[in-house]
Amino acid sequence: MLVSLILAKLISHLGFMDVKVKTDDLSAKETAFNNSIKDGKVIEPKDWMPEKYRKQLLRMMSQHAHSEVVGMLPEGNWITRAPSLARKAILIAKVQDEAGHGLYIYSAAETLGMDRSEMVDQLLSGKAKYSSIFNYPTLTWADIGAIGWLVDGAAIVNQTVLAKCSYGPYSRAMLRICREENFHNKQGYQILAFLMRGTKEQKEMAQDAMNRWWWPSLMMFGPSDKDSPNSADLLKWKVKLYTNDDLRQRFIDRTVEQAEAIGLKVPDDKLKWNEESRHYDFGEINWEEFFQVINGNGPCNKLRLKQRNDAHSNGQWVREAAKAYSEKRKAN
Amino acid sequence: MNSNHQWPTWEVFTQKKQGAAHEHAGSVHAPDAEMALLNARDVYGRRQEGVNIWVVPTNAIIASTPEDVGAFFDPANDKMYRSPNFFKTADGLKTI
Repeated sequence: MLVSLILAKLISHLGFMDVKVKTDDLSAKETAFNNSIKDGKVIEPKDWMPEKYRKQLLRMMSQHAHSEVVGMLPEGNWITRAPSLARKAILIAKVQDEAGHGLYIYSAAETLGMDRSEMVDQLLSGKAKYSSIFNYPTLTWADIGAIGWLVDGAAIVNQTVLAKCSYGPYSRAMLRICREENFHNKQGYQILAFLMRGTKEQKEMAQDAMNRWWWPSLMMFGPSDKDSPNSADLLKWKVKLYTNDDLRQRFIDRTVEQAEAIGLKVPDDKLKWNEESRHYDFGEINWEEFFQVINGNGPCNKLRLKQRNDAHSNGQWVREAAKAYSEKRKAN
Repeated sequence: MNSNHQWPTWEVFTQKKQGAAHEHAGSVHAPDAEMALLNARDVYGRRQEGVNIWVVPTNAIIASTPEDVGAFFDPANDKMYRSPNFFKTADGLKTI
């Protein structure tokens, strides 16, 4: 026991010296942290982590959780108008999943030391960001198909990779979410496939949804990495494993074929298979629109915030009743 | 707008099937144990993920600290003879 303790001390001492010599600017702890991430170690809540790692994760995870929660609003818009009872039941289950996804991620984010109420407050006050895609309106039933297929399809590409990220609670939440997203993706695709076998008007409606949701879906992966301020750190820490551009390309490559299979046209004249790169080439994304929407000037930003605030205050009496009931039971 | 009452958190453990060990699933907020169970069912059991759920107040869980991992698990580290691989036996035997 004594020998092994001395040995352990000696080794850690040598390791410490080794680190000290090699790096000037990073603390020994941070270097050890970076190395363990490089070796594929998964970080757990009580492990030491650089403050910046914690902050970046909290920023990403709270934005992600908010996106799941706000994502319920555009779809909720069609629950009362779904074209059949089966479609309605499926849509309700999907929207309930989105609430669940929000809760998984809030729960994972809380392990980093921020209360959920604080995150919720940031969302309700408009201070926190969420995915800009949910600031677009759902004008027709086909939009519900496009959201499941394209928006959830893009989310799957993103989240499959996040499931391998370096933070344990986030990665575990992603594994759970990925299993459920495939249902969302397929139900959306099936809505559009069904419309594409229908009347001329139904086909036009599906194509119109495709035209409006395609480009915002590509924007979901975020700006090109050269314009993405946090990318380098996030990649180093394996919070991200691929660049935004890589993931966008992956989404396009797998989605074009699905569109063609049901006769939908991708609204991009420059889209073309590149035999040499084995990827699709595609047109220029309108980043001006992306930044406008992110900064609050999308078609539905104000509406979404109002709906979210209304939902929260309408639930106030439920929270109060539950609290009063538990206090009453404690008193008895 | 303030989200006011923050209910305490409960850690959720689900048992996949009869006979399996309970496994940590995540956490929920709830004002009492009964609501915690219901919330846990709705959040972590929408797809028949389990046949049984435990909820435990988060602050009731006592965990070892990662920094002490070396000293804390030391009693196990220097007793490799506890592993059957430690022992060399005769070649060609199938039953030991």
